[in-house]
Amino acid sequence: MERAAPVVPKPRRLDHESAEWIAALGEDVPRAREAALARLHGLLLGAARAEATRRAGSLRLAGPEFDDLTQQAADDALLAIISKLGEFRGDSRFTTWAYKFVILEVAGKLTRHAWRRTAPSLMEEDWGLLPDRFGFGPADIAEFGELLVLVRQAVDEDLTPRQRRIFVAIVLQGVPLDVLVEELQSNRNAIYKSLFDARRKIRSRLVANGYMDEKDVAPS
Amino acid sequence: MTGPESLGRFLEIDPADVGCGDTFRLLAAYVDRQLECGDAEARYPGVAAHLRVCGPCSEDLRGLLAAAGLGS
Repeated sequence: MERAAPVVPKPRRLDHESAEWIAALGEDVPRAREAALARLHGLLLGAARAEATRRAGSLRLAGPEFDDLTQQAADDALLAIISKLGEFRGDSRFTTWAYKFVILEVAGKLTRHAWRRTAPSLMEEDWGLLPDRFGFGPADIAEFGELLVLVRQAVDEDLTPRQRRIFVAIVLQGVPLDVLVEELQSNRNAIYKSLFDARRKIRSRLVANGYMDEKDVAPS
Repeated sequence: MTGPESLGRFLEIDPADVGCGDTFRLLAAYVDRQLECGDAEARYPGVAAHLRVCGPCSEDLRGLLAAAGLGS
């Protein structure tokens, strides 16, 4: 399939190898450009396989399932790279910049794959899990139980509905960040920012009740 | 680590933390700097602050270090 020539950055401060990549991917001759894209796809596929193997652990992902996931990750990463080629500024080697897209794709696909296998069928909001989520044993609960009461109050009274939903999903229900990204049709940064703000608000309540000092609380 | 200590760590807020978006934008430069000079934390303190608390991004860092390290 012949693709339109991608938007390429003006080469500046590029190392020799990166400059070659940028030149090849911006080739006016379709056959030469396709050859460069095929070579890049090969690198991405190799990186996807290595990364999926590194992360797979107890998933026991193998055979056609492994091949499908890594092939899709390489394909999606190549599309992302083509669309973002104009953003490459030469602050890193081109290949390192390209690899980060396939690492992200593998991470998202593997996390969602694992979650589909292990997620409980009914996601209830069980606040009885909160002590366990933070490793509170019986002695901790006996001595510091009010801390958890204050956390619950802060979640219910101080957070916005979106911050509350994200806190409950990630902390209480253990939903992985990349799964929540897909469920909320959002992105990592927006969800992380919401959780960051939720943490700040919960901390502020604990500070107001004398359980923590104000050190390290970011300004609003 | 006790429960209260774990909760305290979760609630630690570092104003230097740049978040997932800027970390992803700078991750390749961070990795190359680390592989070439070993001082990425000092060069990119905001990214380093984020990587200390964000599990998914720190896992991406490990993967990218492995991928770029093999290719260098």
